[in-house]
Amino acid sequence: MSNVGIVIVSHSPLVAEGTADMVRQMVGDEVPLAWCGGNGHGGLGTSVEAIMGAIDKAWSEAGVAILVDLGGAETNSEMAVEMIGEPRAQKIIVCNAPIVEGAVMAATEASGGASLREVVATAHELSPS
Amino acid sequence: MSAGTMDKVDLKALISATADAIAAHAEELTTLDQAIGDGDHGLNMKRGFEAVRAEADAFAAKPLPDALKAIGTKLVMTVGGASGPLFGTLFMALGKEISPETNRANLAAAFGKAIEAVAARGKSQVGQKTMLDVLQPVHEALLQGKTGAEITDAADSAADATVPMKALRGRASFLGDRSIGHMDAGARSTALLVRAVAETIEAHA
Repeated sequence: MSNVGIVIVSHSPLVAEGTADMVRQMVGDEVPLAWCGGNGHGGLGTSVEAIMGAIDKAWSEAGVAILVDLGGAETNSEMAVEMIGEPRAQKIIVCNAPIVEGAVMAATEASGGASLREVVATAHELSPS
Repeated sequence: MSAGTMDKVDLKALISATADAIAAHAEELTTLDQAIGDGDHGLNMKRGFEAVRAEADAFAAKPLPDALKAIGTKLVMTVGGASGPLFGTLFMALGKEISPETNRANLAAAFGKAIEAVAARGKSQVGQKTMLDVLQPVHEALLQGKTGAEITDAADSAADATVPMKALRGRASFLGDRSIGHMDAGARSTALLVRAVAETIEAHA
């Protein structure tokens, strides 16, 4: 698939899965989509390994936009991108946007064939700063 | 810590000492984190350092730079909170900068680079009530040729000094002024690690 992929990373698997459901309702299967949530040990948190797996699952040559909730999700996502390394890392961007609205808006933009830069810009428009 | 070479550093002893320190204080770290964070710091750190301990033989068989990088990667993969990338980056960057036959000057320089990497990872700086507030004075003490006991004291004092600070990074920053009056959990765990490392190196010197 040539559309930009979307990855949702929440501390809570319920939030991540629910957000993914809302994305699917909007764009169906037109956008590669993956989510992860939880620390991998049954608790709230985020796992670098799970994030790397989600990026693989939602991988698109057009790139992947990651939507995160709180600080640890961002830090762990940036770590995951770094560990994936180049050449793929330059096509993966962690968005600064609210997770639910950002994921739905970014995926909608992606479903129309927008570039990674356009998808990320759409998500960033939701952010106050 | 004696000046000069540290070729007697026993990595297995260091791994054991740091994992013991974290395990012994896991509840305290969690209590600190519950006050102004999400309350998972003790458990997360314990999980990570026990995972490192479980593979201590494999780490100890590597040259020091490779061992530190591998330990950092293990922490990144097992801690499960923001502390994973932050402490993982500290060890990974230390491994990248340290020389196999390290000495005090090399360690101090590598430690300085590692602190920069942690600051970049956390988009943070000294004075924001984080682990950096302990790492920085420890670096200064290393540069000044202080003894292990003096370095440990500097780390403990620095962790205490986070109590009156207002958190500007991490979950505690959500509390604003209410973060004042509590010690930062990451600063405390950093001081615990510094003490474990300093005491182990002195004992083996």
